[in-house]
Amino acid sequence: MQAAALTAWELFCRRGDRLLFGPLDLCLEPGAALHLTGPNGIGKTSLIRMLAGLLRPFVAYGMGSSAMGSITWQGTLALLDERPALDQHLPLGKALAFWHGIDGGRAPAERLGLAHLLDVPVRYLSTGQKKRAALARVIGQGADHWLLDEPLNGLDRDGVALVEDLIAERRAQGGVVVIASHQPVELPGAQTIDLRDHPA
Amino acid sequence: MSGALLSILHRDLSLLLFGRRNATVLPVLFFLAVAMLFPFAVGPDAQLLARTGGGVIWVAALLAAILPLDRLIEPDIELGMFDQWTLRGISEEWIVAVRVLAHWLSFGPPLMLASLIAAGLLGLDGTTLRTVEIGLLVGTPGLAALGVTVAALTAGLRGGAALAGLLVIPLAVPLLIFGAGSLSTGGEGGLALTGAVSLVLLAIAPFAAGAAIRSSRG
Repeated sequence: MQAAALTAWELFCRRGDRLLFGPLDLCLEPGAALHLTGPNGIGKTSLIRMLAGLLRPFVAYGMGSSAMGSITWQGTLALLDERPALDQHLPLGKALAFWHGIDGGRAPAERLGLAHLLDVPVRYLSTGQKKRAALARVIGQGADHWLLDEPLNGLDRDGVALVEDLIAERRAQGGVVVIASHQPVELPGAQTIDLRDHPA
Repeated sequence: MSGALLSILHRDLSLLLFGRRNATVLPVLFFLAVAMLFPFAVGPDAQLLARTGGGVIWVAALLAAILPLDRLIEPDIELGMFDQWTLRGISEEWIVAVRVLAHWLSFGPPLMLASLIAAGLLGLDGTTLRTVEIGLLVGTPGLAALGVTVAALTAGLRGGAALAGLLVIPLAVPLLIFGAGSLSTGGEGGLALTGAVSLVLLAIAPFAAGAAIRSSRG
């Protein structure tokens, strides 16, 4: 039995005055995929940001537990959300090159259908092209595990198939992929969590 | 880690010096405009200008440093850059330290150069100019640290840009008092105190601004 790639205990999420979900426990083996579903505002993005370490789990005293929520990853993380983190006025190639300089990896522009766009400033890219560019950044990072928040938004049918392939490849290499999406995603053997089933 | 910080410094500098965030040209032009307008307003009394000119340069430098505040931190929060750096284990404190350096390089030395022109417009003598230049050299790093801290604190607030300007002015008063004060006393005590205030601001900035950026994630 391999060590779990992600273990998370007692996750509660509070936005403003409302408790969105919790307690939520997660345990994912290397190569596993987790599909988060649920209606808008249920806390999918908050959970992704929590798993990324950007949002602290809410400590719900008196909610049947007094434990601090804890999240433990074995390996490095990459995050894809609605913000591309690419400089808007720079040509795509240079905007990606900034992250190559930090990560050392190289994004497969051809495979993502970006090869002819490398001279185009990021702000002129369409929604789907920006999503592909952000995916290129994620792949170039070379992280072990991926957190994808609505990765299919704005992508065409080829793009969706490409994302599914990329996720399958990441999982084949032992990476955990967590996807928050209200669209159906082809994820063989994935665990699905509907956050409506974990009301606070 | 240091390679990543160099990449970030390179990006910061190219954005602030030449890029869209244009933190050099506008402040320098603004600074020169103030130095040019002052003699028109108070009249061509050479003695009066020479006596007050150093203080005018300090006030103009302080106001010019406020101009780029809204472009120092907020655009990178909106773009999600800070989140991506955090995921790569680069702490907000390091990024702020790099940003303070980049911000200072983009307005400190240019203002010191522009002060040569301003000193000509205001008719300052050589000794005063020397004191002004040394004062700016030790004072502008503090201004840069203060600017980045306040920019981080006000990022994402409604009217954050105007608020940042209003917050910087009272906090920069010690720098102004000691920096401009060194002109009238002609002493090194004022310059040393300016440097001391600068060092305190530089020491606080990474931690204060780093905490502000983290808490803005809500």
